[in-house]
Amino acid sequence: MRDVLIAGIGQVPVGEHWETSLRHLGAKAILGAMEDAGVDRLDGLYVGNMLSGPLSQQEHLGALLADFVGQRGIEALKVEAACGSGAAALRVGYAMIVSGLAEIVGVVGVEKMTEPRGRETTAALAMAADGDYEADHGVTFVALNALLMNRYMMEHEVSHADFAGFAVVAHANGVNNPNAMFRRPITAEQFVRSGVVASPIGLLDASPIGDGAAAVILASRDVVRALGGSRPPVRIAASAFSTDALAIHDRSDLLFLEAAARSSQKAYEQAGIRPDDLDLFELHDAFSIMAALSLEACGFAPRGGGVRLAQDGAIALDGRLPISTMGGLKARGHPVGATGLYQVVEIVQQLRGDAGHNQLPNPFWGMAQNIGGSGASVITHILQAPE
Amino acid sequence: MELSRHWRLQDQRYRLVGEVCDTCGVKIFPPRDICPECSKPAQELYTFSGRGEVYSFSTVYNAPAGYEEYAPYTVALVKLEEGPVLTAQLTDLGDQEPEIGMPVEMVTRKLRTEGDQGMIVYGYKFRPALAAAV
Repeated sequence: MRDVLIAGIGQVPVGEHWETSLRHLGAKAILGAMEDAGVDRLDGLYVGNMLSGPLSQQEHLGALLADFVGQRGIEALKVEAACGSGAAALRVGYAMIVSGLAEIVGVVGVEKMTEPRGRETTAALAMAADGDYEADHGVTFVALNALLMNRYMMEHEVSHADFAGFAVVAHANGVNNPNAMFRRPITAEQFVRSGVVASPIGLLDASPIGDGAAAVILASRDVVRALGGSRPPVRIAASAFSTDALAIHDRSDLLFLEAAARSSQKAYEQAGIRPDDLDLFELHDAFSIMAALSLEACGFAPRGGGVRLAQDGAIALDGRLPISTMGGLKARGHPVGATGLYQVVEIVQQLRGDAGHNQLPNPFWGMAQNIGGSGASVITHILQAPE
Repeated sequence: MELSRHWRLQDQRYRLVGEVCDTCGVKIFPPRDICPECSKPAQELYTFSGRGEVYSFSTVYNAPAGYEEYAPYTVALVKLEEGPVLTAQLTDLGDQEPEIGMPVEMVTRKLRTEGDQGMIVYGYKFRPALAAAV
């Protein structure tokens, strides 16, 4: 298989963008990535988005965004896999380049979530779950994670306070990211005392919704060489997708993310590395319980051990496995369909040496894992630093 | 209004009708016609007893649109005695604190009303198992 390189990146800060529409958020990120790559033409555009229909009364984002970035006429389509839509779109763009069907494509994740009333956004997000058998019973997305967390706490005999480290580290890292929604540190005490959303999940377990967009330009090595740009290209060393039962009550093992285990295992094999080789991991910390379960499924901790990594400093910037290095979903924010692209853009910043105050010392391998629903779609990408 | 969607689900919502796999014998809820264990066809109907225990639970304070008037309410994963786990609200708790492992039984309750003048959607909820019924 031929190499797929990331030739350019673009992003807008996550936040409440009252002044900017869905299409202009997406276009800003794409145009930023095209400028970064030094290109003015694309063969295709793949748009990761979950909720443009219910929240913005707008579908058909492929043609819309292609037109609004000056690429009318190219192949363009939307890819949806709930909160994993961004990385799912990246996987489609990757497939186009690796297969030789295209030479240079854009991939953007875009979401606008703050326009409707909060409870409407909450109801729309619940569409990631099983409509007939979960959402109709009043189960919110937060509640699904709360069901996982409550069982986890009972089986592994840990307390809610034991999860504080995930939020504390994410917020500490978000302080130095100009694109993060929350740029203030929090303490473990604040975490414990935050208001309950769905017991045992508190406000500071949960990532914030927001408006945002992030994009990458993917190209073959020949095209990147011809561009002769100044940006060192990062290679996508692995791209893997796996699914599990949509409803959490249908999982064979409630407390093990089978799809995360399968997709990370496939990714390690493609890249030819072991978990220990990774220098950073942008995981899907939509909720602190999801961070713990991801770490376990991806081979960094035994069952029940994921939460321990939040307690011993392992996940901090100077720890043995830095996660959420630019704030993660918790502090950078979680504009659902855009999140998978933010994760990849942030790893590219780290691998290029452009991560500012949060720069890790010479990272070589970075892994991004984007989760749709509560683990039903899991997409893992491994990126390799420029040689 | 989604009249036909709710009508279609009445056997499951009112009577917990699922399926049993002809090949491996596993009980299935909700019905899906393909066994999730052995991937063989499974179309023989099976009505569940409605008895089970709480596998996990959460009390929801931030309700989605359509459920605000009921908040806070408690949702649970209920492990049915025949094997499958389903998601439902707990009801009739009174002063009792829910806990993992608590025996519960299915009852029919209002899930919500669709819109201001809409129909009432009924379905299963689970209450603490009554001593007389054990």
